[in-house]
Amino acid sequence: MADVQKIEPDSVFAKAVKEGLLAGALAFGLFFLIVGFRTDQNIRNELVLNQRWGLLAIFVLVAAIGRFLLTAYITPWSEARSKNKRAAVEKEQSAFRKSFPKIGLGLLLIYPFLVILILWAYNGSIMGGLQGSLKYVDNFGIQILIYVMLAWGLNIVVGLAGLLDLGYVAFYAVGAYSYALLSTHFGLSFWLLLPMAGIFAALWGIMLGFPVLRLRGDYLAIVTLAFGEIIRLVLINWTVVTKGTFGISGIAKATLFGIPFTPGPTGFAALLGLPNSGVYYKIFLYYLILLLALLTAWVTIRLRRMPIGRAWEALREDEIACRSLGINTTTTKLTAFATGAMFGGFAGSFFAARQGFVSPESFVFLESAIILAIVVLGGMGSLVGIAIAAAVMIGGTELLRELEFLKRIFGPDFTPELYRMLLFGLAMIVVMVWKPRGFVGNREPSAFLHKRKMVSSEFTKEGHG
Amino acid sequence: MEYFIQQSINGLTLGSIYGLIAIGYTMVYGIIGMINFAHGDVFMLGAFMAMIVFLALTTFIGGVPVVLALLLMMIVAMLLTGLWSWTIERLAYRPLRGSFRLAPLITAIGMSIALSNFVQVTQGPRNKPIPPLVNGGITIYGTNITVAYKQMVIMFVTVILLAAFWYLVNKTTLGRAQRSCEQDRKMAALLGIDVDKTISMTFVMGAMLAAVAGTLYLMFYGVISFTDGFTPGVKAFTAAVLGGIGSLPGAVVGGLLIGLIEALWSAYFSIDYKDVAAFSILAIVLIFLPSGILGRPEVEKV
Amino acid sequence: MVSEVQNNPTAILRVERLSMKFGGLIAINDLNFEARRGAITALIGPNGAGKTTVFNCITGFYKPTEGMLTMTRQNGEEYLLERMADFVITKKAKVARTFQNIRLFSGLTVLENLLVAQHNPLMLSSGFTILGLLGFPTYKKAASDAIEKARFWLEKINLVERADDPAGDLPYGAQRRLEIARAMCTDPELLCLDEPAAGLNARESAELNKLLLDIRDETGTSILLIEHDMSVVMEISDHVVVLEYGTKISDGTPETVKNDPKVIAAYLGVEDEEVVELIEQAEAAGVDDITAAVDLLSTEALLEIEEAHPDMAPAALIPSAPAKVRRTRATAAKKPTVKSATDTTAAKPAAASTVKSKPTNPAAKPPAAIKPGATANALAEPRGGKADKLIVIKGIGPVNERKLNEHGIFHFDQIAAWKKADIIAAEAYLAFDGRIAREDWIGQAKKLAKQSQVTPAPKKTGGAK
Repeated sequence: MADVQKIEPDSVFAKAVKEGLLAGALAFGLFFLIVGFRTDQNIRNELVLNQRWGLLAIFVLVAAIGRFLLTAYITPWSEARSKNKRAAVEKEQSAFRKSFPKIGLGLLLIYPFLVILILWAYNGSIMGGLQGSLKYVDNFGIQILIYVMLAWGLNIVVGLAGLLDLGYVAFYAVGAYSYALLSTHFGLSFWLLLPMAGIFAALWGIMLGFPVLRLRGDYLAIVTLAFGEIIRLVLINWTVVTKGTFGISGIAKATLFGIPFTPGPTGFAALLGLPNSGVYYKIFLYYLILLLALLTAWVTIRLRRMPIGRAWEALREDEIACRSLGINTTTTKLTAFATGAMFGGFAGSFFAARQGFVSPESFVFLESAIILAIVVLGGMGSLVGIAIAAAVMIGGTELLRELEFLKRIFGPDFTPELYRMLLFGLAMIVVMVWKPRGFVGNREPSAFLHKRKMVSSEFTKEGHG
Repeated sequence: MEYFIQQSINGLTLGSIYGLIAIGYTMVYGIIGMINFAHGDVFMLGAFMAMIVFLALTTFIGGVPVVLALLLMMIVAMLLTGLWSWTIERLAYRPLRGSFRLAPLITAIGMSIALSNFVQVTQGPRNKPIPPLVNGGITIYGTNITVAYKQMVIMFVTVILLAAFWYLVNKTTLGRAQRSCEQDRKMAALLGIDVDKTISMTFVMGAMLAAVAGTLYLMFYGVISFTDGFTPGVKAFTAAVLGGIGSLPGAVVGGLLIGLIEALWSAYFSIDYKDVAAFSILAIVLIFLPSGILGRPEVEKV
Repeated sequence: MVSEVQNNPTAILRVERLSMKFGGLIAINDLNFEARRGAITALIGPNGAGKTTVFNCITGFYKPTEGMLTMTRQNGEEYLLERMADFVITKKAKVARTFQNIRLFSGLTVLENLLVAQHNPLMLSSGFTILGLLGFPTYKKAASDAIEKARFWLEKINLVERADDPAGDLPYGAQRRLEIARAMCTDPELLCLDEPAAGLNARESAELNKLLLDIRDETGTSILLIEHDMSVVMEISDHVVVLEYGTKISDGTPETVKNDPKVIAAYLGVEDEEVVELIEQAEAAGVDDITAAVDLLSTEALLEIEEAHPDMAPAALIPSAPAKVRRTRATAAKKPTVKSATDTTAAKPAAASTVKSKPTNPAAKPPAAIKPGATANALAEPRGGKADKLIVIKGIGPVNERKLNEHGIFHFDQIAAWKKADIIAAEAYLAFDGRIAREDWIGQAKKLAKQSQVTPAPKKTGGAK
């Protein structure tokens, strides 16, 4: 390719100009109505049309110039580059990759203290460090880890067993509401309710799974989606128990072996003689969710080396062959479904304890979609890949909330949060097109005779149901 | 009995809209075996286009006859939504063709999120009400059953479109190409059918029907919001699966059934649980008829 | 037949009155046979004879419409397979199988494939996962035993070196062997192999023979196999059952079966590509390795290829083919039994010479005189000098067509006009009873006669549908 372009640079340029113009025309067609006009309500609540030709022009220009640059420069450049550097890089990375899980785990363990130290140095006072770290521990640490745990749980169902579950958030909801209801009505403690929430979610998984697991592929997907929606709709409408869209508030917080994180004299801070701060609870929650996520990872890793885990993966590869080997595929699928659901339930009860408030709004289909996207973007079955995907996708969108400087560029009316989900959606597309098998597509075998070799993603299948 | 008939008419109206959207799902599934999750949002986009066309007409031209206005709304919405769908397929699905089955599903979900948020960003998060386009109705002689004119418009347009669509799929070269791609894409390509183009056209056709559904939805309810893609989209997908995904008559039958179930359930039981009823019936039907009502049963090849 | 089967204590599998209908299609019709313990039983027959359907009934993938499948295990336990779910058959009745189109877990490593096959015992030793998850030593022991067992089989199939590679990465022949080893890892007492030699070259085929004999002799596992490769069937099987149109047409030792005129008649109807395959295999293996079947088939193959592709450039086919026929003829002369088999088919001593003259152009040279025993409406020669292609009728192969021609039947309308007496007469010289009525030749001929007035009859090989 590169040679051809050297000989005929004009033709590439001409082609790029043509494609750029086409892209501009296409963009004009696409955005003419939806960007060129904005509908707003006036004082009488009627819609009026505002014209935004300038913005439309920007859109069209961006499309045209972008396409032009892509065709004229970026594509030839990347082709030339991939040609030159295909073989070289592989080896260097592998050493880093091998130790990556350990480094990552170490970082996760010290993350809250690291944040406090950095902020302490930055602010010059320990209190400033503590209070400042709240946001980072909560919004980034805990938020990302919840998604890591959920995605690791769903990974058992989708990544290992190859069952496409679009209603995973239902189990998250079951866990959260189990904790919320049982703790507000019966005053049971978090540590008792955490396993119970998991068990309830697993039972729901079995109940829902039993009738539908003989469905295959996309039928299973739509039925799980339907179940997810049914559970959400019941939560909205069964107001006597769930208080509907108002949600349940005032849910008891978790305690550290009975020590509450309250400002009073029996509280955690007072007992240790530390200054009062909300940050201890956040740090506690951080380690709790880290522990839960690591439990999920540990169980997944152990299970993969057990017959049941291998049966899950075999099921993903070929269900009929599984049956010919004497594997009961129904119970195998059910255990995958129930195990995945159980971790969803754990995460749910943690979520309820963290928020102190649950409402059906937190359990919409979008959440299921995000969790599934994380699993697929990370590389199905790969724990490390999934964790990276969760950090990138959730951390990235959380980061948008922080970008104050954008306001200085786009004016004070600019709210980056509005663009959060738009960018999330676009990122999903871009990452998937860039790496269809996810960040880590290779599969690690569960047993080996001579040497553990990664199985390339071109051999693994993604299951049919 | 009158009440029942009245509710059935309401249900069939709603079901027609679902059916039109469901065709888009079922066609795309039939030809490339992918759930096009963004289709509900394409429908929403179509409704927005129609809404903007309507506003443009009233703002710039003033009084336009209703029939003409509706026709213009539909045509512009169809063309532009078709263009959108073509672009979506080109950017987000075609690069993943032949790859891993879940990859296009994820891009479709990403596209769905991106589309609805794009509309939110460009058009604002609030509901967009428009003044009623078609008023009044007729009461069937000797009964209390009324059929609103807008309901009649919906059914009329649906029937015309389905007829045109049936003709397109069964009698034209494009339709034949589509059906052959559905059967065996590789073989179709070997026989000189431009598979990529056929798939693109499938997306465009599905989007056009969705745009019409969006226009009708806007006319019927008089309001649209950026979140309105999801629920009708999921319902229509449910309809497509209920009817047997991949089957065109199945999509229409499924749509009508879902519409009927919703209307009758709301009328006789509880309006709060109408969606629960629709989804439960889907689950129950699939448990007993795993390939839907009109779907071809999947033979397990050993 | 039934009583004889029931009283035989050496049978490991008894198939009694087995019938399988798919809608109107009768795939298996009242089939009775048995597989002896410790023996290799081959199930052969033309394509579409219902062999794989028999397998699917035995292994529980299909529920037979009627009939009884009794599996007697070494310990005397009897299982009625038609009542059991597919995975239970492997688990309890100890029947394992392979598939015609290889079904390996391509994303799992070779070793993992063999470990998945040991799912049930490993599940037990891991205390249904729970004990294993907690790290109980029983599971560790069982897991290393399982790996040892896998190693044993890998050595047997010569794949130890590739144990840690993905199964999908193996060459075709190795995949076939691995599938057999995987089935053996379930500790079966009856191993059902669906065309294990399909797609193998001569060397691999010979290795397979050795492997199967090893399995029989060392583990005592009885083998039931479907095979088209006659070198495999005739060399290793102790017992052969021949199916045609779902009905058993012969049953006995390889020697008796290959001399059975019914078998020969049925086999002349095999599809041309298989015949070509047989010829090629024979050539690859050298003339000495040509089996009786090839011997019988080769001349007919040419006939059939010519019939099937009259428009094909004859140069590609004819020059080399007759030479091959002559070579096989030469070896056949050393095998008197085979020769006589040919003779019985043709029902007259002149058969060999007729056959020899045929390959050049069978249709152009119809015999001038009508043979004795012909039906009432026999003609001296075809009307207009051109006979109809009688092989279009389902059930009429090239041999039958020739015989019919010799007896003055050239046209569909002639068959269509047959009366009862004619049928008896025709069946007498065709050497089968009841088939004309069963396959509804008259009806088919009537339809074809009508068609042939409008359009020329479609081309079709004589192969059974």
